[in-house]
Amino acid sequence: MASGKRVIEGDRTGTLVHLPRQAEGPLDDPRRSDVDEWGRSERVRKLARRLYGPIYRRWFRAEWEGLEKMPATGGALLVANHAAAIPSDAPVIMHGVEEELGRPVYGLADHLFKSLPVIGTLWSRAGGVAAHPENAYRLLREQEQLVLVFPEGDKGPGKTYGERYRLNRFGRGGFVEIAMRAGVPIVPIAVVGAEESMPVLFRVNWLARATGLPYFPITPNALMFGPLLGLVMYFPAKFKLQVLDPVQFDVPPGQERYSKSRIMDESEAIRVRLQEALFEMLRTRNSIWFG
Amino acid sequence: MGRRVLVTGLGTFWGGRVAQAIERDPDVDAIVGVDRFEPTVPLERTEFVRADQSYSILARIVQATEVDTILHTFLVVDSTRMSARTMHEINVIGTMNLLAAASAPETSVRHIVVKSSSLVYGASFQDPAWFREETPRTKPPSTLVERSLLEVEEYLRDFAEDNPHVTVTLLRFANVLGTDIRTPISKALELPAAPHILGFDPLVQFVEEDDVIRCIEFALGHELPGIYNVAGDGRLPWSEVAAICGKRRWPLSPVFTGYAAAPLGRLGLVDLPPELLDLFRYGRGIDNRRLKRAGFEYRFTSAGAVESFANAMRLRRTVGDDQPSYRYERDVEAFFKHSPAVVRSE
Repeated sequence: MASGKRVIEGDRTGTLVHLPRQAEGPLDDPRRSDVDEWGRSERVRKLARRLYGPIYRRWFRAEWEGLEKMPATGGALLVANHAAAIPSDAPVIMHGVEEELGRPVYGLADHLFKSLPVIGTLWSRAGGVAAHPENAYRLLREQEQLVLVFPEGDKGPGKTYGERYRLNRFGRGGFVEIAMRAGVPIVPIAVVGAEESMPVLFRVNWLARATGLPYFPITPNALMFGPLLGLVMYFPAKFKLQVLDPVQFDVPPGQERYSKSRIMDESEAIRVRLQEALFEMLRTRNSIWFG
Repeated sequence: MGRRVLVTGLGTFWGGRVAQAIERDPDVDAIVGVDRFEPTVPLERTEFVRADQSYSILARIVQATEVDTILHTFLVVDSTRMSARTMHEINVIGTMNLLAAASAPETSVRHIVVKSSSLVYGASFQDPAWFREETPRTKPPSTLVERSLLEVEEYLRDFAEDNPHVTVTLLRFANVLGTDIRTPISKALELPAAPHILGFDPLVQFVEEDDVIRCIEFALGHELPGIYNVAGDGRLPWSEVAAICGKRRWPLSPVFTGYAAAPLGRLGLVDLPPELLDLFRYGRGIDNRRLKRAGFEYRFTSAGAVESFANAMRLRRTVGDDQPSYRYERDVEAFFKHSPAVVRSE
């Protein structure tokens, strides 16, 4: 064969050969916003913290007890009693722990938020995460974060003023199972003050059915400030929060299922402790507004 | 002896691309492609067999060619392309016939790879941030394409159970973006302003089309029994997707969104089927770590896939629809291959 001529291999022509790209190193990720995988945006959260700070300090004058019991590292599941027609306790706990401990809290909330335009997006950017066992597990086990849930669910804020500070059933104990599976402690928090910040006088069931809401409350806030302003105008009840001793479970994490009776027992034990702590705090409270 | 591969949907975008890719693989001895239509991409050594859409003659083809691997790329996930009836025929009846052919007595089939979609997870406000392969969907399916894909997956599960000697790999792909593929999402992003639902900014996830092909090749070369999610790393808000593409957004009403979106389809701008409107409202994330643990390496993240699409779109806008780079010219390649004037090394 004559040299210098181009040699073309017989059976490998015409194939599309991919040019090698940069092989090593992290992938090129041309992100432009700071929205993370949970939908949180640090910019929005910073703004929210700045706006909420004065409400936390001046309006609710939140006071903590036992913050040293909160784990400084590793995942933990925070559980608290839930109250007020539009719950005021979740932002107080989240803001409080972030301010006092410098650890972010991922509040797991009802999916309902996510289905509302604008509100759902803002809620998610500010740090709300949809309550789903997968989300809780990932946050607690893999990312070792603090996660806040309200085991009473919407029965907590839906209770009327006459039932205040009496805990409802703690669901089916799902929060205990999640903590067991993730291998993290449960930290109960007793909250006093939320009940009086936006009490429910009575519920209108037919309106709840018509609007698809879990309950439709009539609040003194709405009667005093009107239906719109009444949604955000809380009464300046004094907030007191008490962190109870964390509960550790000596079960192997990562299992598909745990003993149902053990779960229900643990769940009930936490509920009773939280209830007793609430009554104890109420015994020593002199004034709704000044603590 | 090398592999003998059957590719379904050879005339479609994916079937053609997949066949092109595995033609490069020297371990593959024979490639047979079936479809209703001629392939649209040039193919070297793939043999094309015309079949009806429900693949009723497939059993005979499998028997005659003794294929050991079936790459089932022909599942319709874009419901805007055809009527509900055709889609059902292709997805459900087609897969049923395919599996019937593969489970015939003394069959040679040992490996089935199916290209499904993350549509099987749905999109709802109750969803977790990330779906693992085992995570059940939170709402029953309401759209036809989701129902048909779930039915297909059910057939596959039964098949895998009944035929333990066959490795069944079910790949669930996130929404695809890339340089060439056209989907309702890519069409929406090519409009002067990208539609979005007012008040919602969902987190979406994409996989680049090259990664799709590479993943199917990867599944062909490895034993991967079970279900695998395929999606680029990370999720990003739809507003950011529009920003990367350099587009403003055009709001659709958050109530009666279907009616608000319908005129876009009528005008021939973009069809937004109900499953896509769900995605535009709530987004979806699928956990891609199982496939990574199996050894697959992605070349693009979600945002990277969007950028790859955006770059291709800008190029198209400037130079038109013709592919600018040298791709493949049948005559030229035939000349190189067959002409006595070309000097070949022996």
